[in-house]
Amino acid sequence: MRQVVGLILLLVLVAFLVWGVLPPIMRDFGYPPSDMDDYIIKNAQEETGSNNVVASVVFDYRGFDTLGEATILFTAVTGVLLLLRTVKRKEESS
Amino acid sequence: MMEHVPLNFPFLAAALLVGISFYILIFKRNLIKLIMGIAILASGVNLFLVALGYRAGGNAPIYTDVPEGLMVLPVPQALTLTSIVINVAVLALMLTMVVHIYRHTGDIDAKKSRRLKG
Amino acid sequence: MLTKIVRTVANQLILFILIFGLYVIAHGHLTPGGGFQGGAVIVSGVVMLLVAFSSQELKKSLRERHLSIMESSGALIFIGLAFAGIGIVFFYNFLVGTPIFGRIPVTGPNPGDIWTGGVIPLMNLAVGLKVVAGLSAVVLAMALFSSGEDIEE
Repeated sequence: MRQVVGLILLLVLVAFLVWGVLPPIMRDFGYPPSDMDDYIIKNAQEETGSNNVVASVVFDYRGFDTLGEATILFTAVTGVLLLLRTVKRKEESS
Repeated sequence: MMEHVPLNFPFLAAALLVGISFYILIFKRNLIKLIMGIAILASGVNLFLVALGYRAGGNAPIYTDVPEGLMVLPVPQALTLTSIVINVAVLALMLTMVVHIYRHTGDIDAKKSRRLKG
Repeated sequence: MLTKIVRTVANQLILFILIFGLYVIAHGHLTPGGGFQGGAVIVSGVVMLLVAFSSQELKKSLRERHLSIMESSGALIFIGLAFAGIGIVFFYNFLVGTPIFGRIPVTGPNPGDIWTGGVIPLMNLAVGLKVVAGLSAVVLAMALFSSGEDIEE
């Protein structure tokens, strides 16, 4: 019984995903609307001074997102090192 | 000269990856297989993000020795970088918790490790 | 610990992996790459050393105190560079035009000049330091936990 319900749910979800991606609903592959990106590509070299437009987007135009990502990396490393400690019980002999 | 990719094939591939991940998450009970399903889901979403920013006939958005022509949009690639790093961090935390569950209860079945022991 | 051939080859290969990772980090404003990608390359070299030598051997070289200091200083340098341009806006690129890393490249396709970029190469180095220290500590802790030991002495 659970298998049948799971199978129907899976078919409905996959059909919805595939229907949402085919041409009448999704736009054509390769022709995106690009007003903000045209401005960034034209002015990145003289405003930030680097040849790599992706690096200037990651560290200059959208540096706040990189700050949040560095915080997540720090938190995850702290969490892993906190969970993987072996606590040794010392027997106190009085 | 508008050339159309038939059926929007890169978007369809990303949707099928997400569909495979749904099958794993619904039907499998081993905890390590569930973590692999979450990793496949992350790959599908990253592929969708990068495929959204492609311009037909474009080059990489870097000005060092680039040939003439259009450039691909740079902002979806920056968002995908952030998404990949966050997925690595979350996957490391999940694997640590599975190691702890195995050490405390002795088996990694998702049904048996659901009950709260007193 | 694997055989003598694997240990010798790993000792020779780690130098080239380290140099390639530092090249990818340092040229982040000219070629594809940057802090996160170069950090991942160096961590894969550390994992190769972890497989060739056992984790107890590697614990004597990579101590937890040094890795923690490296990661914290990477995060502090990143936040310090973000706050240094606070006179105009948070994350302002205050080094464009000054003699340190401040040249502006020729508009259009050009062979790259390494002294360009403003505050971006320094941020790449800070993020690379943070990724290397953090991910190699995670990998070392996981390898040591499965053999029953702890990462601090």
